[in-house]
Amino acid sequence: MTGRHTLAATHIGVAIAAFGVASAMGVLQALSIADVQFPLRSESYYYLAVTAHGVLMALVFTTFFIMGLGYVFAQESLGRMTGRRIAWVAFWLAAGGSVMAAVTILRGQSTVLYTFYPPLQAHPLFYIGATLLVVASWIWGGVMIASYRSWRREHPGVPVALSIHGMLATIIIWYLATFGLAIEVVGMLIPWSLGLVDKIDPLLARTFFWWFGHPLVYFWLLPAYVLWYYVLPQVAGGRLFSDRLARMVFILFVLLSTPVGFHHQFADPGISSGWKLIHTVTTYAVLYPSLVTAFTVIASLEVAGRMKGARGLFDWIGRLPWSDPFFASVALAMIAFAFGGFGGAINAAYAMNAMVHNTAWIQGHFHVTLGTTVALSFMGATYWLLPRLIGRELRMLPLARLQPYLWFAGMVLFSTSYHIAGLRGMPRRVYSGTLTGEYGESWQALTVVAAVGGTILFLSALAFLIVVVATWTTGRRIQPPPPFEFATALQPPATMGLWDRFGLWTAVAILLVALAYVYPLLTLLAHPRYGSPRFQPF
Amino acid sequence: MQVELYERIWMWAAAGIIVLFLGAIGLGAALQAIEPPGHLETVDPTALADHAEFGAPAVTTRDDGAIVVPVVATMFSFSPDPIEVPANHPVTFRVTSGDVIHGFDVVGTNANVMAVPGYVTRFTVTFRRPGEYLIVCHEYCGVLHHNMVGKLIVK
Repeated sequence: MTGRHTLAATHIGVAIAAFGVASAMGVLQALSIADVQFPLRSESYYYLAVTAHGVLMALVFTTFFIMGLGYVFAQESLGRMTGRRIAWVAFWLAAGGSVMAAVTILRGQSTVLYTFYPPLQAHPLFYIGATLLVVASWIWGGVMIASYRSWRREHPGVPVALSIHGMLATIIIWYLATFGLAIEVVGMLIPWSLGLVDKIDPLLARTFFWWFGHPLVYFWLLPAYVLWYYVLPQVAGGRLFSDRLARMVFILFVLLSTPVGFHHQFADPGISSGWKLIHTVTTYAVLYPSLVTAFTVIASLEVAGRMKGARGLFDWIGRLPWSDPFFASVALAMIAFAFGGFGGAINAAYAMNAMVHNTAWIQGHFHVTLGTTVALSFMGATYWLLPRLIGRELRMLPLARLQPYLWFAGMVLFSTSYHIAGLRGMPRRVYSGTLTGEYGESWQALTVVAAVGGTILFLSALAFLIVVVATWTTGRRIQPPPPFEFATALQPPATMGLWDRFGLWTAVAILLVALAYVYPLLTLLAHPRYGSPRFQPF
Repeated sequence: MQVELYERIWMWAAAGIIVLFLGAIGLGAALQAIEPPGHLETVDPTALADHAEFGAPAVTTRDDGAIVVPVVATMFSFSPDPIEVPANHPVTFRVTSGDVIHGFDVVGTNANVMAVPGYVTRFTVTFRRPGEYLIVCHEYCGVLHHNMVGKLIVK
């Protein structure tokens, strides 16, 4: 293993291990919902698996992968990492916290799903473990910012690499988001779970959760965007179409990704319709940077096709490296996001949300977005990263080439059927979709198709894991490892511009979060409220 | 900032789409009062049994003709069950929970809200088609969550 990247490689290894366990939990759920009988199937295990799948995928896999990716870019784009030792401390904190939370889940003491809405109460170590993971990610953000500042002192006035620009945006969003989470978990859930206070306000906790819960999505998505903007055009053999707009996109996410949480609470009491409408406006505004991304990234790919001699309107598409596992993964992830984005616009639609809220549509939606756009980008990135990080050639290339297509095919079946089942009223997260009466019947065929899709997804996950493990253990050593090469822009920026002013934009972002949350929270706090005692019905 | 012509066209189009979407939502909210629940009213979730309205929840017709349905969701059922309401008449639901967070979704209609302990979720809906409707809980509430269903009869 090449020493410089040991830290990053270790993070990515842990992320992939969490992904593997979570994938197994996922396929069992899909089978259970379709009412397929298998040994050990039970209600308790089903909801335990939902919790483990959610926590391991949404919090552990993503956080470790993003931390690892950040360290790669610090090393390659800044040529340094300030505070390597403390970064290792953060790694062990994150690993310890994740194991702590995972053990309480697997022992059946924390079947509260990854949303952990009180008054469902988990084991105290579930909340404490999750807190350690988040604290570790804060340290990671600090290491990244310190590395950037050290670089900046030596390079005044020079625009930083787009990778670092994107990672800094990710980190700012993460700090804004986890501020809400910290209030909920440290201020409310931990004291309550330890018995220091008797009661908890479920709505207040839920509001802080969604303060965190939606920007969490952009914490996952922005590192994927960094890969799309900064690596994909290079792998495809092209140029980044517009560097300036890419920088603008990341800043718009810093501004708009947090003041949107009420769109997860349209169906909740206690928050006025007017404030829900305000969060609807910001939610639609945050579509904008993704629409710009769609143009810039696809234009960059067209440049790649034309540099390889493509003529005509669509000729360039066929000239792209569809058999490269990184390229195929990211390209398919982008196609999935086109559909996921439109689904998201429906979820965000204030009143139309009532048709899909908490139905199977939602699990269909976040499996095309998080489960494909982000997860497939990260899997593809692993194929690109591994040889460079550990100095070994990718093993079983044909399997790696097939794997993204398999994932995409499985997801089309899985996600489409749950979208339709949701429109027919099937609730999400049910042990079995075969409820009584005609509704159960109209859902059942769809849940079976979803189970077939889920099985294909699991096979694809297995293929990914096999390639990774084989490469890590028996890949042919390459010395020196292949270099990291990043996309250059058609017009590289010569000077820093408005979109490089992180201090300014962070201040505006904080102001927007305050405008979006302070008044409705004060309204809630000023009203006489009753708390809820604990419940552990699992 | 220099932006290529096609990209500039796309950026304006993207902004246009977003304004169009928001315009549709705004018109629906302003002209047809299509909006989610939004009032703030609290109730003690540990004392629902003694509560005048939620102690023994039942469909009531108020003096002004308004039909009000208090609903209590508890693991793993809804009360009252079944709920019987007339067709083509606005019905105001007042939903709360006696334990954890539940969902209250009348399948095939746009009656779909959360039942949060300590709070009352109020919304009004008019059912056009008579018949029997399935009510499901759509928020995980414990090990028998999937069995938590109820019935709405529209006459």
